[in-house]
Amino acid sequence: MKNLVYLILGILFGVVMTKGEIVSWYRIHEMFRFESFHMYGVIGVAVVVAALGYYLIRRSGNKALTGEEINMRIIPLNFKRHLIAGTIFGLGWALVGSCPGPMFILVGNGYFYFLLVIVGATLGTMIYGLVRTKLPH
Amino acid sequence: MIAFMDFLSQPWHWSVAGLVIALITIGLALAGKRFGVSSSYNAFCAATGAWRLSDYFSFEWSKDGWRLIFVAGSILGGALAAVFLHGAAPDISDKTVSHLQELGISYEAAKEAGQEFIPMELFKWNTLKGVLIAIIGGMLIGFGARWAGGCTSGHAITGMAQLQLPSLITVIGFFIGGLIMTHLLFPFIVNL
Repeated sequence: MKNLVYLILGILFGVVMTKGEIVSWYRIHEMFRFESFHMYGVIGVAVVVAALGYYLIRRSGNKALTGEEINMRIIPLNFKRHLIAGTIFGLGWALVGSCPGPMFILVGNGYFYFLLVIVGATLGTMIYGLVRTKLPH
Repeated sequence: MIAFMDFLSQPWHWSVAGLVIALITIGLALAGKRFGVSSSYNAFCAATGAWRLSDYFSFEWSKDGWRLIFVAGSILGGALAAVFLHGAAPDISDKTVSHLQELGISYEAAKEAGQEFIPMELFKWNTLKGVLIAIIGGMLIGFGARWAGGCTSGHAITGMAQLQLPSLITVIGFFIGGLIMTHLLFPFIVNL
């Protein structure tokens, strides 16, 4: 039953990312050239409404419907780590015009080139796992 | 029903898209989960046997299996949108389109070929350049997301909505990298 919820929310995610044009390489390029408001609008509305949702959940006891505490996952701030890691991610995001969600959704849309991008991202994850003890956290 | 499908087939306004993404984030929160896509890559690493190399890849199916179900759903959602809700191509800014035209990337040609989401002159699986862009681009994303502890969903949406400072710093990094790529490196890469 719970798995059905994840599946339905996943399907909705694939549909909204496609119809909201967030999977478009051109939308990402346009965003980084500051030539359209579209992506800023999407991210802005998503963050503000989700923040409001989290606020309302906190006010009503901060519990999920399953009864467990809401998953906040607090990670310690390491300025160097977050800035450099974010920059590395941004370089890739702007090049392939797709972040981890859209990679999968584009495959669903029939763009099988993105299977290669998924292979690349798996390799990148693997490299992180091998060198992570040498990186600041 | 057909009228409703036609209605959904139009491009969705950014405010609608943002609202639905927020509802997915809150839906997962109420189900006891924290929205984030890139963590699912640990499962692929585990599947290749990489747990023999580093205990980082000891993926717990009971704890993180939901991520794979969510990802499978998103692939299905993309396919459903492409088959049943296909509509007008994104209305990309004229400035971006003419700038790309100068670099040799034609949005018109992409639309005509039914490849409106990608620069098809570059994203070819049968050229060395196309393969390198996909693999290197993917590696930067995979490595960066894991080191940062999340990607656009986990940091830019969920982390910012939870008012977490590490997420804000990471998102600033996303933009530094994105601006460097778009303005400095990409015009150079196109002409390689």
